[in-house]
Amino acid sequence: MSIKVKLLITAFLSAALLIAPLSVTPVFADSDKTIELLNVSYDPTREFYEQYNKVFANYWKKTHKQNVKINQSHGGSSKQARSVIDGLEADVVTLAMPTDIDAIYKIGHLIPANWKTRLKDNSSPYTSTIIFLVRKGNPKNIKDWNDLTKNGVEVITPNPKTSGAARLSYLAAWGYIMKKELRSLDKISDPKAAKEVQAAEKKARAFVTEMYKHVPVLDSGARGSTITFVQRGMGDVLLAWENEAFLAINKLGPDKFDIVTPSLSILAQPSVTVVDNVVNRKKTKEIATEYLNYLYSPEAQELAAKYYYRPAHPELLKNKKLAELFPKLELFTVDTVFKSWADAEKTHFADGGIFDQIYISGR
Amino acid sequence: MKFITNIRDYYSQKRKSGPSNLLTEPLWVRIILIVVAICFLALFLVLPLVVVFNEALMNGINAYLEAIKEPEALSAIKLTLIAAAIAVPLNLIFGVAAAWAIGYFNFKGRNLLTTLIDLPFTVSPVVSGLVFVLLFGRNGWFGPFLQEHNLKIIFAIPGIVIATMFVTFPFVARELIPLMQTKGTEEEEAARSLGAGGWQIFWRVTLPNIKWGLLYGVTLCTARAIGEFGAVSVVSGHIRGMTNTIPLHVEILYNEYNVSAAFAVASLLALSALITLAIKTFLERKIDIDILDQTGSKEEGN
Repeated sequence: MSIKVKLLITAFLSAALLIAPLSVTPVFADSDKTIELLNVSYDPTREFYEQYNKVFANYWKKTHKQNVKINQSHGGSSKQARSVIDGLEADVVTLAMPTDIDAIYKIGHLIPANWKTRLKDNSSPYTSTIIFLVRKGNPKNIKDWNDLTKNGVEVITPNPKTSGAARLSYLAAWGYIMKKELRSLDKISDPKAAKEVQAAEKKARAFVTEMYKHVPVLDSGARGSTITFVQRGMGDVLLAWENEAFLAINKLGPDKFDIVTPSLSILAQPSVTVVDNVVNRKKTKEIATEYLNYLYSPEAQELAAKYYYRPAHPELLKNKKLAELFPKLELFTVDTVFKSWADAEKTHFADGGIFDQIYISGR
Repeated sequence: MKFITNIRDYYSQKRKSGPSNLLTEPLWVRIILIVVAICFLALFLVLPLVVVFNEALMNGINAYLEAIKEPEALSAIKLTLIAAAIAVPLNLIFGVAAAWAIGYFNFKGRNLLTTLIDLPFTVSPVVSGLVFVLLFGRNGWFGPFLQEHNLKIIFAIPGIVIATMFVTFPFVARELIPLMQTKGTEEEEAARSLGAGGWQIFWRVTLPNIKWGLLYGVTLCTARAIGEFGAVSVVSGHIRGMTNTIPLHVEILYNEYNVSAAFAVASLLALSALITLAIKTFLERKIDIDILDQTGSKEEGN
């Protein structure tokens, strides 16, 4: 008996110890002169970058006679920034918000302060905005932001504390009231109109408070909210990234949902940058920089549009139909209404900020 | 009627016939209890299992196989097996050593060690993941050292293995400690008095006695290593095709509206759970019989 057991356990142990290194080797050993880059991005860009990586690999091979393999990592935008700060070796980051990249500079010190000016268009090769996704036929007749607070309307949006899309939705709703009250958003920066602006802000606050009373659940991220709305069938309207809304319609059936474009919304600027600390060490600065530059090429711009991101340069598109895909609406930047992202964060979303106040009082 | 000659026969008889008739409740009480138990089981265990396989096969067997054969899925499966193949043997060695020490020796800090072994059970997996980020991350204690020597632990395979080891290390030890404590040291003492050395005692006396318990612990340990989500999620970095394990891959597929593929991959986890369950049942029986063997032979000796 004891010999049998001994044999059994020895066999098991040695098998395990043998298998372990054997199976590890192939994972580590596929670096035959292929350059590897890591693009750390956020959730909804996966399909786009999967295609773009092929396009860029072809381009690089043609121009530099080198093979390049681009690995992708996706997750919540702020979480991804945190991982890069903690040591995830990203050659480039392509995140949802400039603030997430700012964190890589401020907390991680991995990139210079002027990262935004290193590429065209504030380092946003494509943009997006917040629009509404409603159930087919728009049964609650939701046309614009002020319809969200109508009786019996349930709004689905994630938690602004944790989600970029949710913050944009909140700020868009705020901006809509400001525009309605002031008629022109330029007044916000005009010192003479200070009183008028204050009154408008009061109205905006009341509206946003009311809006969050119509929110039955706050998911932690944009995908979570989309799944709540689409798969679990909760709510009447989803405040969604434009690209997410198109994608949801595309993947889950155009017979179930409609897109509603409000009269005005906020301009979202997903931003990209090279992570200097990493590329300097890995000696991949040239190729990483080119990887981002090429996002502005006609080919990449067209690809972005195909995946429902608004290209920064629609005039470059060969396929004019793609440019017409995006409904026209007035878009305002965070800076026009809230001075800067940092200010918006501090006033509205920091602990004890306006969101905390209205959400607690709303409950 | 067969006359029961010794306690072993008595127990095996009892095992076959179920509980004694003295404890019988009225029929309707029994029926209600059984129905409640079965409904509960069906609702919380069987139904989800059915859903997993149903969703997985929603688009046919071909789509199911496609989802599993996909390179990213294969790499996730491979990584999960690697992590388990490294973590389980190491935890086996650690578990036996710890149980041996705690079961057979009295030393200072023995109680502390027993308590510490349970730590991974009581700490949230997310926290244990974060601990390793704080240790090995860029700004962690060992961060600068690792960076200087170009070593990657966190957001790479070693990090995943370490996190898996941490969350699974109590299983073997936890299983063996009570077993060794109840068994006592008599047999080992006898072996020693007959002139056996330490290794000899371990291989010839202790190991045969604990073998089923040991396998039981290893089985649970493997199951958890394969299924671990929280701690691994924190240290993985989610690089597709490189640092995603099966549970992480399932989450990603689900978030990409790829529901049937998500469930196809999840069904692998469900299968591994079912296999674990089968092994577990088999081993539990073996352990019972072993214990009976010992009590039986002791009775006979008297």
